[in-house]
Amino acid sequence: MPSISRAEVAHLARLARLAVTDQELDVFAGQLDVILGSVARVGAVAADDIPPTTHAVPVTNVLRPDELRPSLARDEVLAAAPAAQGGRFRVPRILDDPE
Amino acid sequence: MTDLTGMTAAVLAGEIAAGHASSVEVTQAHLDRITAVDDKIHAFLYVDADGALAAARAVDERRAAGEALGPLAGVPLAMKDVVVTRGLPTTSGSKILEGWIPPYDATVTTRVRQAGIVMLGKTNMDEFAMGSSTENSAYGPTRNPWDLARVPGGSSGGSSAAVSAYEAPLGIGTDTGGSIRQPAAVTGLVGHKPTYGGVSRYGLIAFSSSLDQAGPLTRTVLDAALLHEAIGGHDPADSTSIDAPVPAVVAAARDGAHADLSGLKVGVVRELSGDGYEPGVLDVFAATVRLLTDLGATITEVSCPHFGYALPAYYLIAPSECSSNLARFDAVRYGLRVGDDGVRGLEEVMSLTREAGFGAEVKRRVILGTYALSSGYYDAYYGQAQKVRTLISRDFAAAFETCDVLISPTTPTVAFPLGARIDDPMAMYAADLCTLPASLAGTPAISVPCGLSEGLPVGLQVMASALADDRCYRVAAAVEAALADRDGRPILAAAASL
Repeated sequence: MPSISRAEVAHLARLARLAVTDQELDVFAGQLDVILGSVARVGAVAADDIPPTTHAVPVTNVLRPDELRPSLARDEVLAAAPAAQGGRFRVPRILDDPE
Repeated sequence: MTDLTGMTAAVLAGEIAAGHASSVEVTQAHLDRITAVDDKIHAFLYVDADGALAAARAVDERRAAGEALGPLAGVPLAMKDVVVTRGLPTTSGSKILEGWIPPYDATVTTRVRQAGIVMLGKTNMDEFAMGSSTENSAYGPTRNPWDLARVPGGSSGGSSAAVSAYEAPLGIGTDTGGSIRQPAAVTGLVGHKPTYGGVSRYGLIAFSSSLDQAGPLTRTVLDAALLHEAIGGHDPADSTSIDAPVPAVVAAARDGAHADLSGLKVGVVRELSGDGYEPGVLDVFAATVRLLTDLGATITEVSCPHFGYALPAYYLIAPSECSSNLARFDAVRYGLRVGDDGVRGLEEVMSLTREAGFGAEVKRRVILGTYALSSGYYDAYYGQAQKVRTLISRDFAAAFETCDVLISPTTPTVAFPLGARIDDPMAMYAADLCTLPASLAGTPAISVPCGLSEGLPVGLQVMASALADDRCYRVAAAVEAALADRDGRPILAAAASL
């Protein structure tokens, strides 16, 4: 199994939207390498013909009656948000400034 | 400890129903106990004295009006902070949710309230339930009432410490890889992980959705069964909830208390022993096997050859699911937002918020899960782990063809010292060695105190097939009764007084 490099950990952190510090990268890269080295042995045991288990209790197509039900009160939900404006969540800009 | 805080939940409910004590008196006694000892223990993140007394008064008024009360009405409870509670701060042990007041109740919370159970407050936990010591809490560790220099287990260590320190007779925990059973074992309590789907996950802040399950942490098997029946059962709000009656766990606990297991076939799992297990723990376990024989059970050794792969499979599946679940902490809808200066964009604000709001173990698992799910590695890691899950379920199925229950120690060691494993993730993960197979298979398992090693409690784990939770309770109650008969007192009575 491949080991995990510091650069790979930095890439994964960016994918996971974690602005990790250089010091964290050093620590995590070493620890993740040890963890991956240990968990990689799952690859040694399961043959191709073994089906995967995604859920311990097999249930499929669980539906509820299509009935109108009250949702959470808007003002209560927005009161718990980091920023709200005009009855909506206020988000930081999502587009780059035009150069 | 006053008389009221020393009583079991079942006895307290009886005293309240008979009018010998009011729920307000019982609740106040526990609030006083929290005031007296929680500085040392740090079991609670939030104590809701006013809300608890108001709920207690409501129960007392209903009784005075002649209403029939439920079997736990008026009895106080410590709620793990991963369970959402309307109007009460809920952090899941994380800074990213500091100060958040949920606008709704989890189904577990709703059922606790409907049963007339009095919520004293919210208990400490490893951040997002990731850990085995409660040291990963963003709000500081909880201490084990048996020895303040040791951990109370985790992730439900706040609830285990609160109940074993007599701050509450009932506790709610959640168990993803052992987070109810392991804290129960190392604090001398009873803890049960129900069959997956037996208790609604609606309103549990999700860690690993295919594994998470809420359940009771109590001082007696009967109390655990009573709480299990109060919170269990089908819930349309959770699509993985099982649409079947709650197993008859209270009847099983009462039946087991006769300490007669004649005809019961018990399998000892060969793979849950050996290297990494403390000799003192194995000695207590061996004595418990002899005890079960004395109670009439037939003991056989069984082999579950894939249980040795449960730990690697778990530490791929749980981080994978958590990396997806924790994406909801996006600095938009609830919780922390860092760096929103009007100049930075959403992605940068999100990254700064998650960096500031998550602790080291959460970041480690999110990165690991992101890796295991990424293109090129998915088949080798996540896919293989899911196949191992199938193999573990097949091991259980084969063992249950010849055995009614399987047993093992709950943990390889007694409670370890604070700080001993915090810098070594693999050593911390090993605390879950015995509890992981039942988590991956979705089957029920209970931990019941079965003795002491070096003066610290050891737990017996009893595992049964899906929906046979009642078997766990029956065997646990028999062990509890036989040991109380032998020792003349419960195991928890050996704990240090605070």
